Amino acid sequence: MNGNAENVLELDDLSVAYRVGGTDRLVLRNVSLRIGRGEAYGLVGESGCGKSTAALSVVRYLPRNGSVAGGHVRLDGKDIMGLDREELRRVRAEDLSMVYQDPAKALNPSIPIGRQLAEVFEIGGASAKEARSRAYEMLEKVQISDPARVMGGYPHQLSGGMQQRVGIAMALASDPKMLILDEPTTGLDATVEAEVLDLIGHLRREFSISILFISHNLAVVSRVCDRVGVLYAGMLVEEGPTDRVFRNPRHPYTVALLRCLPGGGRRKSSGGLDTIPGFLPGLGAIGEGCAFADRCGLATERCRTERPPLHDLDGQMSRCHFHDRAQSLPHTTRHAPDESREPPAPRRPVLRVQGLNKTYGRDRAGGGVAAVKDLSLELKAGQTLGLVGESGSGKTTFARTLLGLIEPDEGGRIELDGKELAERVGDRSFEQTKSLQIIFQNPDSALNRSHSVRGLIGRALRQLGGLRGAAMDRRLKELAGSVRLTDHHLSVSPRQLSGGLKQRVAIARAFAGDPSVVVCDEPTSALDVSVQAAILNLLVELQSERDVSYIFISHDLGVVRYLSDNVLVLYLGRVMEYGPSEEVFSGPHHPYTEALLSAASDIGDAEDGRIRLEGEIPSAAAPPSGCAFHTRCPRRIGSICDELDPPLKEAQSGHAIRCHIPADELAALQVQRPSTLSRPVSAERRDDNGRP
Amino acid sequence: MRGRRTPARVIVISAFILKRLALSLVTLVLLSAIVFCVGQVLPGSVGRLLLGPFADHEAVEALNASLGLDRPLLVQYADWIWGFLRGDMGRSYMYEAPVQPFIVEALGNSLKLAAVAFVIVVPTAILGGVVAALNHNKPIDRIISIGGLTMTVLPEFVTGIILILVFGVWLKWLPISAAWPDGAGGFTQIHYLILPAMPLILVLFGYIARMARSGMIEALESDWTRTAVLKGLRWRTVIWRHVLRNALLPTITVIATQTGYLIGGLVVVETLFRYQGIGLLVFTAAKGKDIPMLLAGILVIGIVYTLATLIADLLCAVFDPRIRLGGRQ
Repeated sequence: MNGNAENVLELDDLSVAYRVGGTDRLVLRNVSLRIGRGEAYGLVGESGCGKSTAALSVVRYLPRNGSVAGGHVRLDGKDIMGLDREELRRVRAEDLSMVYQDPAKALNPSIPIGRQLAEVFEIGGASAKEARSRAYEMLEKVQISDPARVMGGYPHQLSGGMQQRVGIAMALASDPKMLILDEPTTGLDATVEAEVLDLIGHLRREFSISILFISHNLAVVSRVCDRVGVLYAGMLVEEGPTDRVFRNPRHPYTVALLRCLPGGGRRKSSGGLDTIPGFLPGLGAIGEGCAFADRCGLATERCRTERPPLHDLDGQMSRCHFHDRAQSLPHTTRHAPDESREPPAPRRPVLRVQGLNKTYGRDRAGGGVAAVKDLSLELKAGQTLGLVGESGSGKTTFARTLLGLIEPDEGGRIELDGKELAERVGDRSFEQTKSLQIIFQNPDSALNRSHSVRGLIGRALRQLGGLRGAAMDRRLKELAGSVRLTDHHLSVSPRQLSGGLKQRVAIARAFAGDPSVVVCDEPTSALDVSVQAAILNLLVELQSERDVSYIFISHDLGVVRYLSDNVLVLYLGRVMEYGPSEEVFSGPHHPYTEALLSAASDIGDAEDGRIRLEGEIPSAAAPPSGCAFHTRCPRRIGSICDELDPPLKEAQSGHAIRCHIPADELAALQVQRPSTLSRPVSAERRDDNGRP
Repeated sequence: MRGRRTPARVIVISAFILKRLALSLVTLVLLSAIVFCVGQVLPGSVGRLLLGPFADHEAVEALNASLGLDRPLLVQYADWIWGFLRGDMGRSYMYEAPVQPFIVEALGNSLKLAAVAFVIVVPTAILGGVVAALNHNKPIDRIISIGGLTMTVLPEFVTGIILILVFGVWLKWLPISAAWPDGAGGFTQIHYLILPAMPLILVLFGYIARMARSGMIEALESDWTRTAVLKGLRWRTVIWRHVLRNALLPTITVIATQTGYLIGGLVVVETLFRYQGIGLLVFTAAKGKDIPMLLAGILVIGIVYTLATLIADLLCAVFDPRIRLGGRQ
């Protein structure tokens, strides 16, 4: 489709600057790209590379301190920058629409949804009544099941997925020529993400619309877009047809980004993940050479002095002097499976949970919301248990119960190192408290901004490690060293650190008391992939050094698979499947696990034969009868599922599935999906230490 | 165009209102108990207080008995509350007359003064805050913000005296006393109240304008405002329909809490302008150890405060469906 001469959107040599501290700093540098009619173009890159700035300059909604420093944005040949206020309003009303990252914030909280949607038709000149009926139709088009109820409701009454559907309906209501999607599925569950992406793909054909799709998630982009552009430090470093760029990247940055992903069935035992050393250059701080040179294993003197032009490689563009050998970028970590590290010695169990229940708002009649139901598990020293499930499945409640932050119902039992744990953290012994620590999802809010990093870690060492004076200083240095924080990092406040460094501080804090179990609650989901890779490597290293066990909560199945020895799948607080990681991932799976795997985006997956869960996770206040999953189960066999809750049955030794369908039948139903198991890029790996 | 009024929604909303009413009632009961206790712990027996230090012991006891002060505390409290509910607030020791007419007159006066101040300050302060936010960091914003803050920190007796000097003494535009002649009509009363209201307006303007400004700035920078703008709505529509109702929610609460101050906290202004409001009444009662008057005055101020908060809560619920309807359905 990119052969179409008629471009809907053209960025022509666009540069955008932000004014910081009195000087203008360029965040976009001479970016040129074209999007044809009906084409979907993906713009990818890590945070801070200028993706959102590009989107906001297209709609001319730059922050107060932002300005266009040069170049043009043309929509259907019209220069957006030259429009006056009224013309710009008309363009926004008729030709351009945007779907935003956080749908909960992008909808007005105090106006009924029907009203917010109808408004778009009213701008187009429809009468109030007509606008209302068209709003209704629009909600039907985005597959909202009860439009009448949603019309009268408010955003906070809808789930994230439904809110994003409303957002999409609103964007498409004006029948625009150009749709900008700014991280539209970030923050949504994988199952919901899959549905939203399906919907976008479907509507795109129906409305024959051009799309600018902005995302940090390469896999998501690979599923939606025809062409893709990779941004680094405000510059387009690679561009081309999606499958070519991802299968045969010609810029080292793209190569490195793809290698950071723990996809393709990789495991921690087969070696660490590749990372991208160093940091993104600061705002506007690029020298004369290639912006990526400082972090590139292929860089030569030429790269540091001469900025590479965009080389046109037969439709694929690369801004690299050495585009022909981009894929020979040296690996940053060893890949050879380290057999010697796999210890055959029997491991002792450190954590044992038996029959744990947590019911919120319990009354005497036995009512209430069962957030965790009859959960039992065992965690061995030095092992990782992955906890997966959609939001609302009880993952966080379980973690909090374990930590003693909320009290479970009577009857359950938690044992740490063979001793029973009191229900509340205040009743636990000091030993037990420091042995059980947590790393939170968002290090921003988990670290006190008014202390220095040294103060934060030092306090943890005093509290948990009982250390004082010189002994504490020594331990502090050692601990900081093991999470790769330098002296400079110790002296600053957390707000001066990047997300990845902050998470390192949080990890150091958790390890201050030499814990035996650390709960990791989505520790990398707010981080860029290269930073995620580094954090995962760190966690694996700390585990092998200290024999610590993790309970790793994540919605990213690739990450869970990489890190976990055992996996537990939760649905509505119930254990649906439990077993060794490899067996859970290779199958036979519980139908719910199967659906989660199917929803997960991996680069190069086949689009057909995907299983989709319909509707949303039911309310835990009124769980379905029989098997909790039967209302959404694609493999429901009959009334037995609605009536009888199946027991957890062993499929293989240690691998249990809660399903009426026998394991061998499940295995027969679930034909292997080979495409997820091998990643295209890894096949191209040639020269592991081939520095030019 | 309105959201459907489903029965479930009506139930949610009425449950919300009932809950708020019940909470207000609990507040009032607690308040009355505290006020009553305050009356009890004040030193000296009432009989002694009234009869003076040289009266003999029997006479004091007899007076206490006739006032019912020798009964158990709980009975006295019940009696007091029951009387209060019927409009009998007891007898003033100082005036040797029923308390109730004094309270009613003083409360009426206070309400008039508060109403004049309120009607002027609320619209102007909100307008000021909104204008400041729309011109964020421009000169007009600076003038409004800094000017408002300056006025807020000046005490009422300073601004009051300056205002009296300027408008009452030099320009002679406004009467310097708030006490209007007997039988004055509504307009004359307002004429007399403008000058006393001015210091209050100056104090409150900065406060309310600042809340309105920050709420407005936050709303203007929100994602949903961006959505509204990028929908292609006219700027005016964005402001009126999308921004204002969300922006002014915190302001409503602030205004409500300031209403209590406007009714009960005006001792200085009332003294300065010789105006018999409830603040001055309570102050005089406290000085004269006129306990029935004091208790009744405090309780009435408390009731006004509670009512103002209740109204603010309900207003917030009108504007914010998240408060009105609770969490997800």
